[in-house]
Amino acid sequence: MRSKNAIRQTKGDRIFVILNSLILCLIFLIVAYPVYFVILASVSDAQYVNSGTLLLWPKGFHLSGYRYVLKEERIWVGYANTILYASAGTLLGLFASLLAGYSLATPTLPGRKGIMAIMVFTMYFSGGLIPSYLIVKQLGLLDTRTIMIILGSVSVYNIILIRTFFLNTIPKELQEAASIDGCGYGRFFIQIALPLSKAIIAVIALYLVVGYWNSYFTALIYLQDNSKKPLQLFLREILLVSTESMKQQTENAEAMAEYQRLLEVIKYAVIVVSTLPVMCIYPFLQKYFVQGVMIGSLKG
Amino acid sequence: MKAITVSARKKGRLFREIRRHWILYVFLLPALLYLALFAYAPMYGIQIAFKDYSIAGGVWGSPWVGLKWFRFFFGSKLFSTVLVNTVVLSLYGLIAGFPMPIILALSLNYVKNIRFKRTLQTVTYLPHFISTVVLVGMLSVFLSPRSGFVNTIIEAITGHTIYFFGAPEYFRHLYVWSGVWQGAGWGSIIYMAALASVSPELHESAVIDGAGILKRIWHIDIPSIMPTMVIMLILNCGSIMSIGFEKVYLLQNSLNMETSEVISTYTYKMGLLQQKFSYSTAIGLFNNLINFVLLTLVNKVANKLSGYSLW
Repeated sequence: MRSKNAIRQTKGDRIFVILNSLILCLIFLIVAYPVYFVILASVSDAQYVNSGTLLLWPKGFHLSGYRYVLKEERIWVGYANTILYASAGTLLGLFASLLAGYSLATPTLPGRKGIMAIMVFTMYFSGGLIPSYLIVKQLGLLDTRTIMIILGSVSVYNIILIRTFFLNTIPKELQEAASIDGCGYGRFFIQIALPLSKAIIAVIALYLVVGYWNSYFTALIYLQDNSKKPLQLFLREILLVSTESMKQQTENAEAMAEYQRLLEVIKYAVIVVSTLPVMCIYPFLQKYFVQGVMIGSLKG
Repeated sequence: MKAITVSARKKGRLFREIRRHWILYVFLLPALLYLALFAYAPMYGIQIAFKDYSIAGGVWGSPWVGLKWFRFFFGSKLFSTVLVNTVVLSLYGLIAGFPMPIILALSLNYVKNIRFKRTLQTVTYLPHFISTVVLVGMLSVFLSPRSGFVNTIIEAITGHTIYFFGAPEYFRHLYVWSGVWQGAGWGSIIYMAALASVSPELHESAVIDGAGILKRIWHIDIPSIMPTMVIMLILNCGSIMSIGFEKVYLLQNSLNMETSEVISTYTYKMGLLQQKFSYSTAIGLFNNLINFVLLTLVNKVANKLSGYSLW
């Protein structure tokens, strides 16, 4: 591993390398410690978590936080809803954006520039909160699962990414040759373009899934019904909004006191349960995300 | 006569071309339908910014009131607070958040041990995938004056605890530095890519000429990522007035309102919580117009400087 220039390393360089490693280790700690601490606190005894004396390793191993989370219905309702919205929305978004991106990547399409302009304008300017709310209301989509799936599925940014991808990866000649052989645009898209675009499909799908997974704004505005709320909205209630909603659920004082005692541990356990899936999948998909950033930085 | 036949032939050709591509127009339909419903239809509703909206009247039937709501907003006590908060928060975020990914990328670029580098990259990208709700939730438990570990440390050093969420002077720091924590690693990807494309020969010959690492960073690395830096900076400037709603709203409470009320949260409260539809729409429109001008400017500048355009 040692390269030739190791011999040439001056004193200044050596100091740089050492300092650099130290700073990077510090950065590693700053990023990793909070994540580590969450896991640590989630399995510790409430007494130590409440007093804030926990720092490096778990004290009094306890799973009471998790036991509570398993019983907490809101988490599972939220999970089921989020999975539904994310999967349906991602499919819908992929469908619409791939088709649109492919069309706009066809240089001979009449009116291509105009359609592009119509799309891009929406990135610059929007109707705003209330006008959007009024439209959704008029469409009769307030407080429905449909709106949770549809909103956020199509993004012009994604369409541009897909268009850039098709422009760069599918040679014009290929389309021309296919067209001479009597292969229309529709067949070309399904039989040739789609199989070539696994990378961009992965990237867009990941973007969409993460977007749906994280957002709570749409739900905050358009949903009332608790049974339809996504995970993030319940997380907000549990982690940030006062414990009012909990108080109504727990009838007797003893259970209430116990709940109060466990509250901090429960919060940590909730964070772990809601974030772990993403954290575990992400390292395996990292290369696709990185790829997405790269495609995004290419010129259209 | 000739001109007519030529244009007629042109028309005929255009028509043939359109027919030849008909399936592509069908392909565009779903996306265009979405934009028509959720982007263009709301634009029609913007007119209520100039009306006195009532449910009975609806968008079309409510009476016109001209610029009443804009005057009301500009004249209100909150106008300057909200405007200043928005701009200060974005500028602070930009100044603190912009250099971090660059420094991280430059520094990672000189790590020889591949495994250490990979681990660092994976770990620093990780926070990007923590949702905003969970991020703010983590902040609130870590910083809790009773049980948060941060306050345990602060108390050990200074003897008293700080209630970070409950004081307006901490809001901006919380917002900005949690953003840096979450975004710096992810933001470095684009610079890592730019650095990877620097030819190794440049570095080799610089080493032969006796240039140390700092010199090479200054004379080779920074110039080669300069175009990316300029673009990122310009693009960031374009979104100065469009601070997102989600994180601010989560970090906000009645105690830190003084610094945490920004345009997007104010619009939400006026509109959906207080049902002042026209007023809220007017504020939104005001913000949108500024964003529109900023983005257009920024895109022009970026295009002039580097031939790069967002689209």
